[in-house]
Amino acid sequence: MSLTENQKTFSHDDDNVVVVIGSGAGGGTLANGLAQQGINTVVLEAGALHTTADFLADEWASFGQLAWLDPRTTSGSFRLAKDFAGLPAWIVKAVGGTTIHWAGASLRLQPHEFKALTNYGAVKGANLLDWPISYDELTPYYANAEDRMGVTRTNDIGGLPGNNNFKVMHAGAQKLDYNCNTGHMAINSQPRDGRLACQQRGFCFQGCRFGAKWSTLYTELPEGIATGHMELRPESHVARIEHNEEGRITAVIYFDKDGKEQRQKARVVAVAGNSIETPRLLLNSASSTFPDGLANSSGQVGRNYMRHMTGSVYATFEEPVHMYRGTTMAGIIQDEAHHDPDRGFVGGYELETLSLGLPFMAAFLNPGAWGREFTHAMDQYDHMAGMWLVGEDMPRETNRITLNTDARDLFGMPVANVHYDDHDNDIAMREHAFERGEAIYNAAGAVETIRTPPYPSTHNLGTCRMSASAQDGVCNGIGQTHDIPNLFISDGSQFTTSAAENPTLTIVALALRQAEKMGQMIKQGAV
Amino acid sequence: MSLSRRNFLRNSRNFLVGTLAFSNGAIALLAPSRAWSMPLNHLTSAEGETILKVTRHIFPHDTLEDAVYAFVVKDLDKAASDDAVHNLLTEGVKDLNQRAGGDWSSLSASEQFRYVEEIAGAPFFEAIRSTAVVSLYNNELAFAHFGYEGAAGDGGYLNAGFDDLDWLPAPSPADSGVKPG
Repeated sequence: MSLTENQKTFSHDDDNVVVVIGSGAGGGTLANGLAQQGINTVVLEAGALHTTADFLADEWASFGQLAWLDPRTTSGSFRLAKDFAGLPAWIVKAVGGTTIHWAGASLRLQPHEFKALTNYGAVKGANLLDWPISYDELTPYYANAEDRMGVTRTNDIGGLPGNNNFKVMHAGAQKLDYNCNTGHMAINSQPRDGRLACQQRGFCFQGCRFGAKWSTLYTELPEGIATGHMELRPESHVARIEHNEEGRITAVIYFDKDGKEQRQKARVVAVAGNSIETPRLLLNSASSTFPDGLANSSGQVGRNYMRHMTGSVYATFEEPVHMYRGTTMAGIIQDEAHHDPDRGFVGGYELETLSLGLPFMAAFLNPGAWGREFTHAMDQYDHMAGMWLVGEDMPRETNRITLNTDARDLFGMPVANVHYDDHDNDIAMREHAFERGEAIYNAAGAVETIRTPPYPSTHNLGTCRMSASAQDGVCNGIGQTHDIPNLFISDGSQFTTSAAENPTLTIVALALRQAEKMGQMIKQGAV
Repeated sequence: MSLSRRNFLRNSRNFLVGTLAFSNGAIALLAPSRAWSMPLNHLTSAEGETILKVTRHIFPHDTLEDAVYAFVVKDLDKAASDDAVHNLLTEGVKDLNQRAGGDWSSLSASEQFRYVEEIAGAPFFEAIRSTAVVSLYNNELAFAHFGYEGAAGDGGYLNAGFDDLDWLPAPSPADSGVKPG
């Protein structure tokens, strides 16, 4: 039976519903959190509904099935603007959002990262700010999120068994006195919560066919629907948000699966379209009252776009590795995640195992490359190990999402332009991380090491950031916009700074907290 | 090119043909016979053969069969149903031959490479490179050659070698985990 078949439905004229835009880590979790409190919620998801049985063990075919391929443009000096000018981000357009594609790494932000400006000091060319909330405030929600998601090495859940790729990273880490284990992963190491254990399939990025990896598709969304207080509308592409004369949100305009324009009234609207689409929607909703877009009195909507400092190191060995067998990412070194300016940069980074299949290795190894150096690396594919480097990047006012009125989507709306210039801090950190990654593989006996540039971004953050003061950001510490009380930001756009860690666990923790606070406000009649 | 010549080409059934070079290779195990052929709908056999050779220069894998490179030609031939692409490819082949003084294919490999280097980055070169970087590595024969198991992994490697690497010390159970019981 389809997820949406017998669900409760709500009228387009029902102005008492909360409308959540997006069904991924933020939107899906928030919607279920509200439904559990008996609050009627409509989830509008731009993508289609797939089941785990639809997922493909074929990288390119899966990409075509799941990726957000609506047009986008890029600018700036970051290499992606040259390598993948029309594909700045690798995120999902489907029910469940990017929780279908994510690797599952579930790391808490470190306490000091919530106070980046205080702890790092002002950094030239960066727009650092402290979060308006602390680690301690988020702690209970982290604990709840870890339990809900089944994060390994929490709640007495054992670690995932290490695969071949992990063994290589681990051997190098041992030699360099780094701590290395299979990490905190929202992937079942044993059957749990009605979901199977990981079968080491290796197609985590293509959707987990066994449902071992947490995704809102088969956890939060069906739970929410089961309450009778939530309606999920797939293939519902939101174009703009409307408000009344008092500047309160009243409705959401979207295009349904037949391309027909629909208008859903709303008491509250929560935007969780990932950090490119969320600011685009606010900007595309400009009106005579809000000529610069919704919730943009600070001018910060779309600014401070962060994508994490990233890069990869692959290494070849005399003996076979077969890195693609098993969990795509399950091996983490956190010993470089701390803040130590003596390394020549502020903030820190994680080193995490990562593998690509042969097709995507060709696509991402060195985009645009040809000739013997490239093919020599590809020739050693089955003798290759790989890791991903992910660290804190600097928020910059000039790194931003803007509307490109020269390019339109299927519905005639201006598309998002993604502008990004690497900060010197990002470059210094990447160099350090490359060097440490190579050292780890050399310690394990590598024949050659290869530095691979950033992939299209899966970690898109910060474009509607939280701030204590309304001048510095778009929303407050619970994601409520400073300007419009019944408009909330519910995804990674809220991040004041990126921190080093993979963001999903924090997005979920923030959504659980927001659901609780929003529920209280609704019951008190505050929104 | 006039429509009638296109139709003539289509009806005359052009082919890329070849013979597997490595009788004991991974690909030979998959192939029903050593001889292979691939029909072309928009390119001539000569154009297809030239493009295959250019692809070998762009992505040189000395022991990779022509039969795998032929997938690149197949995808370009398909794209050539679009007149602009067809024109780009046929003019590109012509240009390469002209640069080479008539017949680029007849030159030695190192001479051929010199002319490929000369056109690196040009639209003809980029059309081949950008297609090849996908097509060459996205087929079962390439998977067999490079040692990738592709969709065979769909059922999971839990009992099929996910941790069979034995040339490094085994991580402690605390750092690794346990297989599901």
